[in-house]
Amino acid sequence: MLRTYTCIICPNGCEITAKLENGEICDIEGALCPRGKEYVTQELTDPRRNIATSVLLEGGQLPLVSVRLSGPIPKDRIFDVMNAIRPLRLKAPVHVGQVALPNVLGLGVDVLVTKEVAVL
Amino acid sequence: MKCENKDVVIVGGGPAGLAAAVKLHQLGVRDILVVEREKQPGGILRQCIHDGFGLTRFGETLSGPEYAQRFLSQAQQLGIEIVPDTTVLQVSGDRLVTTASRDGLAQYKAGAVVLAMGCRERTRGALAIPGERPTGVFTAGVAQAYMNLYNTMVGKRVVILGSGDIGLIMARRMTLEGAQVLGVYEIQPYANGLPRNIEQCLNDYHIPLHLSHTVTEIHGNARLTGVTVSAVDERCRPIPGTEERIDCDTLILSVGLLPENELSLDAGVLLDPRTRGAVVDQYMQTSVPGIFAAGNVLHVHDVVDFVSLEAEHLAEGVARYLAEGGLPRCESCVRAGAGVGHVLPHTVSGAEDVTLSLRVRTPMKNCVLEVRQDGRTVKKMKMRKALPAEMIQVPLKAEDLQEGADLEVSVQC
Repeated sequence: MLRTYTCIICPNGCEITAKLENGEICDIEGALCPRGKEYVTQELTDPRRNIATSVLLEGGQLPLVSVRLSGPIPKDRIFDVMNAIRPLRLKAPVHVGQVALPNVLGLGVDVLVTKEVAVL
Repeated sequence: MKCENKDVVIVGGGPAGLAAAVKLHQLGVRDILVVEREKQPGGILRQCIHDGFGLTRFGETLSGPEYAQRFLSQAQQLGIEIVPDTTVLQVSGDRLVTTASRDGLAQYKAGAVVLAMGCRERTRGALAIPGERPTGVFTAGVAQAYMNLYNTMVGKRVVILGSGDIGLIMARRMTLEGAQVLGVYEIQPYANGLPRNIEQCLNDYHIPLHLSHTVTEIHGNARLTGVTVSAVDERCRPIPGTEERIDCDTLILSVGLLPENELSLDAGVLLDPRTRGAVVDQYMQTSVPGIFAAGNVLHVHDVVDFVSLEAEHLAEGVARYLAEGGLPRCESCVRAGAGVGHVLPHTVSGAEDVTLSLRVRTPMKNCVLEVRQDGRTVKKMKMRKALPAEMIQVPLKAEDLQEGADLEVSVQC
């Protein structure tokens, strides 16, 4: 079976054609770098994404601060993780890299602050 | 009014301005002023909270605010002067920069001026979509600012017109926040955004992309109640009989970015009608000596890493201009040949290495990029695909070039 993938690892966005047999890649073409094959393998077995959102902030120069995950999570857990992040509240000041929530839902990744926001 | 001398005044504290400032300092230029109109430097990256920035420049994937912070922290460590909440009112051809802030007017006589104002979004007015004028119609960047900076959700049932990257990013962002994104409508027969954004922002969330479609009417009195979409023919004209009414409370426009060059025009800087940015030589110097431009004010980029790299390259030109009192003449024109929409820089010296940045007019597969000078092939590259959404960079070596002859770049199947 032939399947095409658009690699999302970098802005090149390689269009990769993979020949699959019993869920295994037997031939692959179109990737400019080895990460393309890793991406297709990951997509076949356990598709993952990183997500970014915001958390409410008290006493800061902005009403909210941006966060992202320290690593990708299974695609089908995206909305669960959004729901776990939504009730969070932080107090200003906050700093880039600060852990807003460790090991979210036991998935082994942290929710990290991505912006410096000073006290109002 | 106070008037100070500065070696370099940088107009704009976004990714281009910050990268230029840091690089200039590293090259020994110390008397630098960055003027930023917002309260915080960082430019548009402050609201681009998604990740995927920095792979080329830093070798890792960062969110927009983190990417900006890398340069901002460096600038702060180096003691570079950044004045926020200050607007540049005018840049004159002899490099007198006039600014306004709460402290009043100020003027700076600059040895060199760096234009780094970025770009603006094309609006509904520019498209002339017929219909009512209700609230609920936003450009993608404005919706992004509402959500990511001001904690305000813009709507619940959303239609997106245009497949630019910011619109795609916002399709995902609004879906994550509970909105229903009904579809993305693109007038061209191909997507305008990067393929990876189509994949991870639309396909991941089962948001349909309708190519060769556009919005032909806007409905609603106070708030948007719906839009009419129509299929278009190969000349982008709506096809009668294909109209479909979609109920929605929000229309997001992601229909192109325009370099913001009002100040440049005032200074007498010549613009390229295709890029709508300045005409520059290979040192990023505009038609006005001592005034330089880089980043989205010069031509709209798809990846911020290339904005930073371009601004760092600009800084080398500025430092050399200040040290040597001028730059080598660039008399060979670079022309966009078959298949190429535009190419920068507009002129080269032919005596030094140079990197060309270009975009193709239409999507192509298995094509050949060729740079020719005086009937001779300077460079030939095979490409599996070339998309208008992706800027192509072509490094050329000095030893392959000659002085005094024009270059032409083509991309053909």
